[in-house]
Amino acid sequence: MNWNNIVTIYLKELKDSLRDRRTLISMIVVPTLIMPVIMFGVGTIMTKIVKQAQSETVSVMVLGGADSPAVVAALKGEKKFRIVPAAPDYQQLISDKKVRVAVEIPAGFEAALTAGDTQTVSLYYYEGELKSGFGVKAVQEFFTTLRDKTIEERLTKRGIAAAVIKPFVVRKQNVAPPEKVGGNAIGGFIPYLIIILCFTGAMYPAMDLTAGEKERGTMETLLCSPVRRINIVLGKFLMVLTASLTTVLLSILSMGLSAAIGVMYFGGPATSPSATQAMAGKAAEGGSIPLIDPMGLIGVAALVLPVAVFFAAGLLTISLFAKSYKEAQSYVSPLIIVVIMPAVIGMLPGVELNAKLALVPILNLSLVCKEMLSGVWHWNYIALIFGSSCLYAAIALSLAVKMFNREDVMFRA
Amino acid sequence: MIEAHNLTKTFKDKKRGVITAVNDISFTCRPGQIYGLLGANGAGKTTTLRLLATLLQPTSGTAKLAGYDVSADADKVRANVGFLAASTALYGRLTAREMISYFGRLNGLNEADITARLGRLADELDMREFLDRRCEKFSTGMKQKTSIARTLIHDPAVMIFDEPTLGLDVMTARSIVKFVRECRNRGKTVIYSTHVMSEVEKICDVIGIIHNGRLVTEGTLAELQQRFGEQEMEEIFVKAVGGEAALAAALKN
Repeated sequence: MNWNNIVTIYLKELKDSLRDRRTLISMIVVPTLIMPVIMFGVGTIMTKIVKQAQSETVSVMVLGGADSPAVVAALKGEKKFRIVPAAPDYQQLISDKKVRVAVEIPAGFEAALTAGDTQTVSLYYYEGELKSGFGVKAVQEFFTTLRDKTIEERLTKRGIAAAVIKPFVVRKQNVAPPEKVGGNAIGGFIPYLIIILCFTGAMYPAMDLTAGEKERGTMETLLCSPVRRINIVLGKFLMVLTASLTTVLLSILSMGLSAAIGVMYFGGPATSPSATQAMAGKAAEGGSIPLIDPMGLIGVAALVLPVAVFFAAGLLTISLFAKSYKEAQSYVSPLIIVVIMPAVIGMLPGVELNAKLALVPILNLSLVCKEMLSGVWHWNYIALIFGSSCLYAAIALSLAVKMFNREDVMFRA
Repeated sequence: MIEAHNLTKTFKDKKRGVITAVNDISFTCRPGQIYGLLGANGAGKTTTLRLLATLLQPTSGTAKLAGYDVSADADKVRANVGFLAASTALYGRLTAREMISYFGRLNGLNEADITARLGRLADELDMREFLDRRCEKFSTGMKQKTSIARTLIHDPAVMIFDEPTLGLDVMTARSIVKFVRECRNRGKTVIYSTHVMSEVEKICDVIGIIHNGRLVTEGTLAELQQRFGEQEMEEIFVKAVGGEAALAAALKN
């Protein structure tokens, strides 16, 4: 190893890559823009759609109810509902989204209420359709209120106090510290994002510095120099690692910034009801970043490093085998799925770290990051994961060096 | 000085089995001499030159360049060799100055030496005008000049040119040929491969004809003319490889 040569090659590759549009896009533009786009773009659109669906008047079709004028009148009086004339093909109309909900009021409904009998009101809606879902909820609420009122009336009639049917209330109280909530909420999400970006950030420079050089004919020029191949590999490897870590760093910075702005923009962790919660939850996750244990982030960074080395060296090895950039792409693109899979498994609730899983590359990082970000430190596992990751990284790097020394790979006809 | 002894290189090919690209080649090239390696496409010229430049390792046999063995002292061989081929391209996103300086640094020169040598080469090759422009925008002639400056930045004792005029226009090709002659006149050892007969006649001091991986004949132009009883290089070449039928058969393979 000759550090002068390694640094010379590294600096040249850095300059060269910074002049390459593809590498710049994957290393700087994508990680900087993707978080704001996810948080604001998708967030805003989702919030808008949900709000619109909630504020829209629900078209309700009343079936029957000729002998229950008071109930029908109450339904008509409700501002949220727009009553449409009854039609026999109501099911089709709901499917076609022309009517959101249909209510079937049985014959003699009001009479039965006064008599003290039990009746069934049927609601027809389209499961999975957002607006129909909101509609049926509103109509159900209407009838629940009506039922409570009926119960009260019946009890009063018999001279019984309303408290009889409500002997106690249940109150929930959260005891988890805020950083633990934040860690659990985003713990699965951050490592997933870091792993993917770590990989995609290394992808383009790795292909460009190997297969791309072969294709452009500069590889042979470089091999003519007296520099040993191990130094060439290490110079190139450092460049790919730089790109990978820059991608991760920029995305984390961008995520923090978007979260801070997001909190201002959305006015803190949103308190919007039901369906907005999925998106609002995301904004809230962002909002809770400052509450995450900073030690957790340092731990994540330390464990990401060997994985980044593993990715950079592995990608160099694989794309070096290709003769052209295009060929390299066809080898490397399917690997994204191989990387995403364990990262996703790590995100799933209920998958917990154990000694076996601590040896599975990528998945182990995903799992341990989730724990560290929520303030749990299993030092045994952390040591095991760091050690095994370093070992995998070393194997990948020595494979890359071996590949560079193989004539049939370097001069593949 | 280049001394090749029984150089042999075989490749394994999935379809065709073991291929002997270079078969037991021996020759010597002295300082101040241009050794012309003449052969048809696929005869083994490029493989021979890659063996000399240590890009490939010989299967058997040895070669010494500037006193260093290609197997034992590959790094030192490369430090004393300037290798120029159609397959040694330039970094498109670097300027000519950056490209040449980069190879100066890789050859262990200090910045002062690089600046001085780069200035001299730029004047000799008339490169001043495009020295700070990116290589991707260059004409073929500008590219070739930059490549030559790249091979010469460390002032190597041995120059290896693999078909350097391939695909160039007449003017650029002439300037390259002129430059190869200048290298010889400065006492460098030059090996030059081509399949252009007229170039061989013009510049080579010793001519080696390579066919099917073997060096079939070797000598000065006058010696070859006498040996084969022909005046024209093309006729000498066809006779040396065993007639037109043998040449056609080899090209088919």
